[in-house]
Amino acid sequence: MLLREVGYARPGSLGEAIELLAADDGARALAGGQTLINVMKARAGSPDALVDLGRIEELKGIELGADGTLEIGAMTTYTEIIESSEARARPILGAVCAQIADVQVRNRGTIGGNICTSDPTNHLPPLLAALHAEMTIQSSDGTRTVPAADFFLGVYMTAVGPGELLTKIKLPAGRNDGFAAVTLGVEGTCIVSAAASANGSLTIALGCVDAVPVVLAPDSAEDDAIRTAVRAADLDPPSDVHASRAYRRHLAEVLAVRAARQAQGS
Amino acid sequence: MVSTEQTISVTINGTTYERDVEARKLLIHFIRDDLDLTGSHVGCDTGNCGACSVIVDGQLVKSCMMLAVQADGSNVETVEGLADGEQLSKLQQSFRDHHALQCGYCTPGMLMSATALLRSNPHPSEDEIKKGLQGNICRCTGYWNIFEAVKAASE
Ligand SMILES: Cc1cc2nc3c(=O)[nH]c(=O)nc-3n(C[C@H](O)[C@H](O)[C@H](O)COP(=O)(O)OP(=O)(O)OC[C@H]3O[C@@H](n4cnc5c(N)ncnc54)[C@H](O)[C@@H]3O)c2cc1C
Ligand code: FES
Ligand code: FES
Repeated sequence: MLLREVGYARPGSLGEAIELLAADDGARALAGGQTLINVMKARAGSPDALVDLGRIEELKGIELGADGTLEIGAMTTYTEIIESSEARARPILGAVCAQIADVQVRNRGTIGGNICTSDPTNHLPPLLAALHAEMTIQSSDGTRTVPAADFFLGVYMTAVGPGELLTKIKLPAGRNDGFAAVTLGVEGTCIVSAAASANGSLTIALGCVDAVPVVLAPDSAEDDAIRTAVRAADLDPPSDVHASRAYRRHLAEVLAVRAARQAQGS
Repeated sequence: MVSTEQTISVTINGTTYERDVEARKLLIHFIRDDLDLTGSHVGCDTGNCGACSVIVDGQLVKSCMMLAVQADGSNVETVEGLADGEQLSKLQQSFRDHHALQCGYCTPGMLMSATALLRSNPHPSEDEIKKGLQGNICRCTGYWNIFEAVKAASE
């Protein structure tokens, strides 16, 4: 399809990219393009200019700290995460990335693009919320960090403002994580998803039941406590052709328990 | 520098093409319309069907989900590059032997996905073959003969 006319630049450095974004309100970052190009085809968004982050080395790669923390560049692709030996310090990351769409989408789609899209059906927003990720956001004014709990603001809306870029995602150490989803077909779009982290007290994050991930801290890791916590959240998910509101509420409980059990290795 | 048109240089199946392209042009249209390499197909134009799959710098991608300008300086492989003259690749011959196509619309994408799979994993398990072709939709064959063809080519 022919897109609306658009400007394009491929800066070689982060500083240059931020300058280009700051200079034009209509400019938008282009990461893997696996959402943005479709959005442009559908004319659901028509940026005046695209700032391609594809060749900025500072935004790529995964670093494993001596204390087990992981720092992942925003432009790291799902395939790179799956294949990275560093990322195996947090095995759930590669396991969930391997469930996203197909080889082609995984080769281009990036962790930064996935969460900046803030699509409620995407896999990584609930996962990173449960794992207590911290996002680094940079602009010409400097750098700030935002915890996952404050990062997702609404459907397609995040804490990344105009002229800003998400540069990296930081994860604390830990291995006791889980993820469960009911999807459209094998490894398709999520109908409801749940991520859990049991490093210290149990945290659960539910996807597809609200505009942003719903984060829960059950009183204990027992199944009953988890179900009670999900019920107490009084979820009001949408009904659509794939699932009714009532069925999504049911799935939220089942998947929360499943993800928590995986996190606790049982 | 932001511009709506750029000169790009892309090597496709060993030939380097230098062309002016509009930034809004998708890679699939550059390949098909500008270079007349019409082997790669457009099926869905939404990233779902895989008919437009090509290999860019060693990586399988859907070329309807990438701009031509993003491929500047890259090495692209399309279905036209698989055969050596009249000599089909082992995989192509296997598709022929196993009747792995009916209308043939999905075939260029299937071949590129299977080529990428067998390159990174020459002896995939049955499950790995299915996963390797997950991004490619076929409306005719029911997939079975495609699966058999890839399996035979990997033996
Ligand atoms: C067929 C298909 C199936 C899919 N299925 C799934 C699925 O099951 N689960 C799933 O999670 N995803 C799925 N996706 C979406 C895919 O994971 C996308 O890759 C992802 O949503 C966006 O990442 P991207 O790198 O491609 O970003 P882009 O499409 O390039 O960008 C998306 C948005 O984020 C902004 N952005 C990107 N990076 C940054 C940054 N560093 N700083 C600031 N803003 C930024 C862009 O400006 C744009 O608005 C699917 C996509 C396709 C085509
Ligand atoms: S035409 Fe590109 S995925 Fe269908
Ligand atoms: S052979 Fe017709 S779509 Fe696959």
